[in-house]
Amino acid sequence: MTRLARLIIFLLAGGVVAVAFVLATLDLPHFGSDHHPYRDLSVPAAVQHHTANVVSAVNFDQRAIDTFGEESILIASVVGAVALLRPSREETERRVPDLGRALESTRLIGYVLLPITLVLGIDVVAHGGTTPGGGFQGGVVLATGLHLLYVVGSYPALGRLRPLVPFEIADSAGAAGFAVIGLIGLGSTGAFLGNFLPFGQLGQILSTGTVQVLSGVVGVEVVGGMVVLLSSFFEQEIAVRPEDG
Amino acid sequence: MTALVAVTLTVVALAGTAVVLADAPERQAVTLAVFGVTLVVLFVVLQAPDVALSELGIGTAIVPLMVMLTIRTVWKDKQQRERREQAPSDEDT
Repeated sequence: MTRLARLIIFLLAGGVVAVAFVLATLDLPHFGSDHHPYRDLSVPAAVQHHTANVVSAVNFDQRAIDTFGEESILIASVVGAVALLRPSREETERRVPDLGRALESTRLIGYVLLPITLVLGIDVVAHGGTTPGGGFQGGVVLATGLHLLYVVGSYPALGRLRPLVPFEIADSAGAAGFAVIGLIGLGSTGAFLGNFLPFGQLGQILSTGTVQVLSGVVGVEVVGGMVVLLSSFFEQEIAVRPEDG
Repeated sequence: MTALVAVTLTVVALAGTAVVLADAPERQAVTLAVFGVTLVVLFVVLQAPDVALSELGIGTAIVPLMVMLTIRTVWKDKQQRERREQAPSDEDT
């Protein structure tokens, strides 16, 4: 395809998208105004289920089916990336020497921050229903925190701390757990992912019914998925060599 | 508050332009992380801490890291191929 043809197709398609986007957003409430129809519906629904973090109520209760779709996308993309990045027949994995090139100060900060980050990640997952955050955010914090071990300069230490198999299991168990909770909800409330647990007291950690449970399950899945994903990128970069290289 | 939103949006636009104008992928990875931080500030200003947390983890840590690792792997591959072409070993001849 010539450059001119590509430009014409882009202008046509871009023009259609631009017009459709403007038409679609014309009737939205204006930016910064006090008129929020969605808020007026979702906040009372969240409070009714004793969920202090309304965003989590939307994610894991009111629109939990959307989150289920997103989690499926996540696990599908992790599986796809791992399949693409696995060492091919011409490549071999080699043992990585412990180089330890990082500055002493970098190592110190890394070792101090590692436990703090892990505790913070668990905290963000555990309070998904009550304070900002949730399974996804906390899971990403946990997975990133584990990789501080790489920043402090020890790839073998990272390998020892995160044997991959448990994380692979965590990824799929998290996704499966979400579906199972959804099916239990279907059985007991008549709606897939219906909130079937007691709601508890607003603002307490053991409130919100299934919101907190689903948030935790997503946390497990995201930690597993992110660690497996990053590890296959690391393996390609650090440990994989072409056989005749 | 509106002024703060306007300033933050401008900073986001500038950082986004910087990502596009960065001439090499490895520079883009770093500017992308900076762009992520400006987005985090915007989300906090717009009172969306949940989204800010996600963006902080994904946009400023995971994605730039994956881009950097990919770029280094591609470089390494290219270097090895060039070395092999320059000095053919006995097996090849």
